[in-house]
Amino acid sequence: MAFEDQRTTVYKLDPAHPGSETLPTLRTEELLLNMGPQHPATHGVLKVILELEGERLVKSTPVLGFLHRGVEKLAEDGTYHQFIPHTDRLDYVCAMYNNFAYCRAVEKLMNITVPDRAEYLRTIVAEVQRIIGHQFWLGTQALDIGAMTVFFYCFRDREILMDWFDELCGARLTTSWYRIGGVERDFTASLLDKLNQFLDYFPPKIDEYVVFLETNRIWIGRTKGVAIISAEDAVSFGLSGPTLRGSGVDYDLRKAEPYSAYPKCEFSVPLGKNGDTYDRYWIRVQELYESVKIIRQCLEQMQDGPIMADVPSVTLPPKQRVFTNLESMIQQFKLFSQGFDAPRGEIYCGTEAHKGELGFYIVSTGGGKPYRLKIRAPSFIHMGAFDHMSRGYMISDAVTIFGTYDIVMGECDR
Amino acid sequence: MSLQELASRLQEAFSTGIVTTAEWRGELTVTVTRDRLHEIAQFLHNDRAMDFDYIVHVSSVDWPDDEERFEVVYELYSIRKRHRIRLKARVPESDCIVDSLTDLWKGADFMEREVYDMMGIRFRNHPDLRRILLPDDYTEGYPLRKDFPLRGKGWRDTFEFLDETPR
Repeated sequence: MAFEDQRTTVYKLDPAHPGSETLPTLRTEELLLNMGPQHPATHGVLKVILELEGERLVKSTPVLGFLHRGVEKLAEDGTYHQFIPHTDRLDYVCAMYNNFAYCRAVEKLMNITVPDRAEYLRTIVAEVQRIIGHQFWLGTQALDIGAMTVFFYCFRDREILMDWFDELCGARLTTSWYRIGGVERDFTASLLDKLNQFLDYFPPKIDEYVVFLETNRIWIGRTKGVAIISAEDAVSFGLSGPTLRGSGVDYDLRKAEPYSAYPKCEFSVPLGKNGDTYDRYWIRVQELYESVKIIRQCLEQMQDGPIMADVPSVTLPPKQRVFTNLESMIQQFKLFSQGFDAPRGEIYCGTEAHKGELGFYIVSTGGGKPYRLKIRAPSFIHMGAFDHMSRGYMISDAVTIFGTYDIVMGECDR
Repeated sequence: MSLQELASRLQEAFSTGIVTTAEWRGELTVTVTRDRLHEIAQFLHNDRAMDFDYIVHVSSVDWPDDEERFEVVYELYSIRKRHRIRLKARVPESDCIVDSLTDLWKGADFMEREVYDMMGIRFRNHPDLRRILLPDDYTEGYPLRKDFPLRGKGWRDTFEFLDETPR
């Protein structure tokens, strides 16, 4: 593991250190440790080269790109509608929110207003997805740190929502339920019933997760005071989501630039104080409660109405009509084979996904395909701060630190 | 600050250097000349009324038919003032380099590396300008350039397949 090259340096103990005069001069050398890309705690295929001094991290260099599939290039080859399934594969834990962010960006480009009911449906499903994302994060983070029980409890409850997604759109992970201008289908009575049951069932379960962790000395010891980042640094690095709010920066796109049905709901944005891993954990747990609140309000306020904007040149016709009506079938065929004619221009649209700001920057030169599509992936930008946040911590904290970003490599590498 | 105020304040501060300002879909896009980019970005970052403390993303667009082929795009946001701006600079292919903004926003480090990796635009004074998503020894160029074939270079058709059918 050790390299006998110019990196090898000879250290002497500090003469001012008491007792050092009796110790012989120790020769120490920096150790290079290669972590990943097959390490089970790297959430995919992430490689980090750690430079160690003893067990302390001196410098860490993330090596990304093991899951790079060229999604931005692929986007240039397909129509706007055809790109929706690709967004599922970005952050494969939370496909719904990726669909949401992408559809919002295209709607901004096309200047489409989504009908009210569709906005509520979108918000509800997005918040369900946020719950799934935070459950997944909590379970795997606890598992990485060594608390196995929480993982089982989180995944037990996540499974209920996964089955709910299955019933909603026929897929558990790669959902593609959002459409440009609305959503693919409405809730059924059974779905509403199951969601209401879950909302009653879930909040006591969050308390349960919290009890497991807050009474666990190892969890507290390994999260409190670990990977502290100041508010100035967090902003400068472009962090977003709970990772930014853990440092006490009040920046949540749902409040800063309200979209969808969020302005009609009352919810609070929890903020941390110390900017450490514990605060980021606490924020995510509080957001679980907030998500339940948002879903309840949306269910109460939601009225009957159309679920798709009525812009035939852009939005898809209802599926039933495609099978029975010739014009609708032609419309569907034309939209998928040629796409719709987008205006010339460029837009950026950011959405507050559960990891942070997921944004799409689209440049259009007219025609059915984007000229350039750039994805602002929070996981990628968070990895930029990894070296800064890990310096001086123990080698075992490396796992905690990339866990605290809620990193998913599919999104990071694109 | 409204978009018009932002644009006019920027134009007041810089009589030269700003090529165009455009407003579309509620977003302000300012194209600047490449040599003034760092100076203007510094003004946006440090000025109390502007206060752009947050870098959203760094991107690049390839316009192969234009004289100055590439476009570097910086999207900036102010968390305190809640306004955004898009800063663009054109770069010719022959001298494909632009000043790095890593000294203003630390997050620009990875974002600029990605632009270099994907589009081949280099950044002056960048602390660690290496490829980031593609391997370090990747020699096939820059995949997001428009002259990079969209459906691959046809290598998949040139593999020799093992013929294991019994003869």
